[in-house]
Amino acid sequence: MLKEKVAFREPTIQLAHGAGGKASRRLIEGLLVPYLNVKELNDAAYVQADQTKIAFTADSFVVNPLRFPGGSIGELAINGTVNDIAMGGAKPLAIVTTLIIEAGLETEILESEIKAMHEAAEKANVAIVGGDTKVVEHQKADKLFITTAGIGLVDPRVNLSASRVKKGDKIILSGPIGDHGITILFARGDLDLEADIKSDTRSVWPFVSKLINAAAPGLKWMRDPTRGGMATALNELARDAQVAIMLEEEAIKVHPEVRGACEILGLDPMHIANEGQFIAVVSEEYAQDALKAIQQVPGGEQAAIIGEVFESDRHIVLSRSSYGGTRAIDMLVGDPLPRIC
Amino acid sequence: MCLAIPGKIVELLDDQNQYAMIDVSGVKRKVNISLIKHENVNENDWVLIHVGFAMNKISEEQAKEQLQLLQEIGEDKEAMEEVRGYQFE
Amino acid sequence: MKMRYIDEFRNPDLIKKTLEEIERIVEPDDHFRIMEACGGHTYSIFHFGLQELLPKNIEFIHGPGCPVCVLPPGRVDEGLEIASKNSEVIFTAFGDVMRVPGKKGSPLNHKAMGTDVRMIYSPLDALNIAIKNPDKKVILFAIGFETTAPSTAITVLKAKELDIDNFFVYSNHVKIIPVLKSILDQPNMRIDGFIGPGHASVIIGAHPYEIIAKEYKKPVVISGFEPLDILQSILMLIKQLKSGESKVEIQYKRVVMEEGNVSALEIIDQVFEDRPAFEWRGLGAIQNSALKLKPEFAKWDAEVHFNVEKIHIEENKDAQCGEILKGMLKPNQCKLFGKVCTPDNPVGALMVSSEGACATYYNHLYSTMSS
Repeated sequence: MLKEKVAFREPTIQLAHGAGGKASRRLIEGLLVPYLNVKELNDAAYVQADQTKIAFTADSFVVNPLRFPGGSIGELAINGTVNDIAMGGAKPLAIVTTLIIEAGLETEILESEIKAMHEAAEKANVAIVGGDTKVVEHQKADKLFITTAGIGLVDPRVNLSASRVKKGDKIILSGPIGDHGITILFARGDLDLEADIKSDTRSVWPFVSKLINAAAPGLKWMRDPTRGGMATALNELARDAQVAIMLEEEAIKVHPEVRGACEILGLDPMHIANEGQFIAVVSEEYAQDALKAIQQVPGGEQAAIIGEVFESDRHIVLSRSSYGGTRAIDMLVGDPLPRIC
Repeated sequence: MCLAIPGKIVELLDDQNQYAMIDVSGVKRKVNISLIKHENVNENDWVLIHVGFAMNKISEEQAKEQLQLLQEIGEDKEAMEEVRGYQFE
Repeated sequence: MKMRYIDEFRNPDLIKKTLEEIERIVEPDDHFRIMEACGGHTYSIFHFGLQELLPKNIEFIHGPGCPVCVLPPGRVDEGLEIASKNSEVIFTAFGDVMRVPGKKGSPLNHKAMGTDVRMIYSPLDALNIAIKNPDKKVILFAIGFETTAPSTAITVLKAKELDIDNFFVYSNHVKIIPVLKSILDQPNMRIDGFIGPGHASVIIGAHPYEIIAKEYKKPVVISGFEPLDILQSILMLIKQLKSGESKVEIQYKRVVMEEGNVSALEIIDQVFEDRPAFEWRGLGAIQNSALKLKPEFAKWDAEVHFNVEKIHIEENKDAQCGEILKGMLKPNQCKLFGKVCTPDNPVGALMVSSEGACATYYNHLYSTMSS
């Protein structure tokens, strides 16, 4: 929770502040949250409307290029919003969207994006019920920016809070990591690398709903590791729950091509964005049932228990290799950058 | 300085042995091989790649020997006989 | 799926065996101070958790082999000045350089503010950008030890061959032996032996290290970067130290030859010459330790073509990078470590890049969420 006071003293906003890592955290907690009504920093907020608990989220999408293997900005927008709501233990109901369009954008591109949004919404069983459009001058927006707001119905069996996370709880990951971020990196074309990799963008609600059915009492916390990757999501967990985490390196799945790309570029899959995966913290008692429930949904076969929560003064995330060596997994400051050294 | 990784040559791209297509775990890139053209470079050779250049061929013999040496640490003669047949990979 | 020539050298059983052998040989009173020269080795040691698995008698002194960390402050500014003042200039560099803090921000900051800054993976990419943009001038901000110099050299030769006149190299290539000698020459230096840089040695071979073994009497083992490579190298070093030997050995035999890569050395020689002196961040001026383009390649030399005003930036006097490099201090013992100097806000050389000793210490041992 927001126990530690973070101050934001930088005179200007920089790219790093949007990368999802430490700098983003400083901006959000130090500058923005003090003016807002936020109790816990989660993917979705809870709003009580009489007897009903609603999950409420907002998101924005500024990806370049707009289209890439496995999807496009429109799909990301819908799936990303749906997933934030799912992370709140809520069934996604409806989305509104705003489109900020750069003047000069080909109609065909806009049409294919709205179509992609429509298809993704149908697949995710959520309704796009309204929105807004603005057109800005050339070069005032990078072709197309999409923002969304989404609502969902919180399942009454669910009680998600970082404060419930305790020593011995297991950490479940839904599938292989790194696909989306590496796909985008390749799609930009600067690195001249080719591989059969595509974005993993998809709605995770089908897995979450089965998970809730099977293990609701033991389900304590969920997050989708988007920008900033697993490292960010897990470090946030460690800090918000005031615990430490030990991961088993071998249990974390990475597609061979994603691994190859990371080795070539000197990147760590733990820092790379995912758009179709989620992490769930489940009590030891319910962990096996939770895992099986996810594995039985098509697309969930690669889910695995990847680690465990333990107590420590230092709220860190560690990863243990097959030969017993451990390393610390830290949040990055900004986006991960390829290196040659 | 240091990030160089092993990749397999899957195609030689020109006659003067300047470029090759290499594969690293399914990721492909065109790599300049002029630094190793004095060595006998063939398809399916493994090379060490750094910033888009092949720096040297990787010796399978040496790799095998190294692993064998490590395997033999502290082992007695009989065990070493067994290890003689140790298959690389 | 296994990655060949990588995963075999991460074999858990062999790692355990090698660790046990090291434990067996090390005696309680032994204290070995080993410098791993190369930033990539510093990174590997922590990334694979080796420092915890090894006996405490082995102490690592983290070396200066991080070509980004040792860049004289001001060099990045000089390159960026050219690009930000001239809209037809494109500044290209490897990812490692993108976050180096300059006076007016890093290359990434400049990019966000509109300067044409592009990240590349290979020097040839920069040449391609020049070919595709004939009305622009492309600067390749070249960094790296002898590992990378041949690649820059070939790119310059290509530019010459194809008669490309809008491509320029801003050379910050440096040499490993002069900097190691400079550290060995420091009074109060406490280093017993070296883990030699595996990839720079693919180019320069083993001979240049003879002077360290023969004159300074320190053993050198040229090592690969996988856990088994590093552990085997440590084993080889300890054996030498215990028997009082000091010779140069190659552990990384699958790619390092005694004579190095002769073609590559010839190409470096063809295109580059030594700078009389170069100011290393944290270490001061070292003679004949850096490379610049030879006069016959002046046409592609950014320092000749552009009127570059030398930008000299005073280093923070409280930053103790030099002492850490000599092995007198550990990163966390520097006054500024973790308080003023963090990866977020690097003051000294060793915090600038993720493979610098201080950044590595910070990320692995000292990070907290409150930073």
